[in-house]
Amino acid sequence: MADTAALENSKKIQTLRKSPASGLWAAFEAGSVAGTVELREVPFLTMAGIRVDPDGDAGERLGKRTGGLPTASGEVRSSGDTAALWLGPAEFLLVAPAESHESLGGELPRTLTDALGDAEGQVVDLSANRTTLELSGPRARDVLEKGCALDLHPRVFTAGTALSTEIGGIPAILWKTAEETYRIFPRASFAEFLGRWLLDAMREFASTEVP
Amino acid sequence: MLLISCPNCGPRDETEFHYGGQAHVAYPENPAELTDREWAEYLFYRDNTKGAFAERWLHSTGCRQWFNMLRDTLTYDIQAIYPMGQLRPATGPTAPTITSPVSPEGSSK
Repeated sequence: MADTAALENSKKIQTLRKSPASGLWAAFEAGSVAGTVELREVPFLTMAGIRVDPDGDAGERLGKRTGGLPTASGEVRSSGDTAALWLGPAEFLLVAPAESHESLGGELPRTLTDALGDAEGQVVDLSANRTTLELSGPRARDVLEKGCALDLHPRVFTAGTALSTEIGGIPAILWKTAEETYRIFPRASFAEFLGRWLLDAMREFASTEVP
Repeated sequence: MLLISCPNCGPRDETEFHYGGQAHVAYPENPAELTDREWAEYLFYRDNTKGAFAERWLHSTGCRQWFNMLRDTLTYDIQAIYPMGQLRPATGPTAPTITSPVSPEGSSK
């Protein structure tokens, strides 16, 4: 049973917290070029690391929330605003809105821990591990291609695909959420570096094209 | 830059991987019975093959899984990629022998 007093207190604490790239929000706004390429941070998304055999009973229980766990590299299973990303053959990342976290009255990752039960595997709250940078616009792919060796052509890298790779020389997860929208999950300590790196890569699109 | 085909993720840049040394080095069955020399040889002595060499790799930035690779140490040609625990596949075609020695860069200057 949720302890309301504890929850109220926890919500109060939440208002004081700072996201890893919060110091760059003004720079993100200044560096975004409306209609061309835009960058923002989506702070405090709820994330949970799941390690479980996806074919076992526990894997099935843990996958219920997202319509099963993804089975191959790049695959994302989602239902509503919750998605499960494939990180390895038995490793997954569940991404959900900030409000889904139990500290804000949600039920994650408690329900996952309950779903795992005594079975082999683990569920870890990784909400503070990574932050989310959202890069969008028709030029977003050009910006990413400056520092990501993956084939990002829409024919190969389709919307609804997430890959763990290197961007700008640092490890990050790249999730294409829509045709021109990418979510990048760098670890918190890399957030400022990657934010500045992306801003630098976006700079050329702010000036008029030289014919 | 090598392009390594991870068995789970497909072709990725070499920088996403970590090298794990020679593959198929079995742990001694009775380590306590080994002499210091034998133990040192198990720990530190590795082949220095010219040609096809079986080695372990970790896709550290991707799926974080280990796999084995048969790579030619001379030409860097990747001959086979196979899962951990599997026996080394038959060696592919041997490295082409370089008949005329290539002069090192700048040697003619």
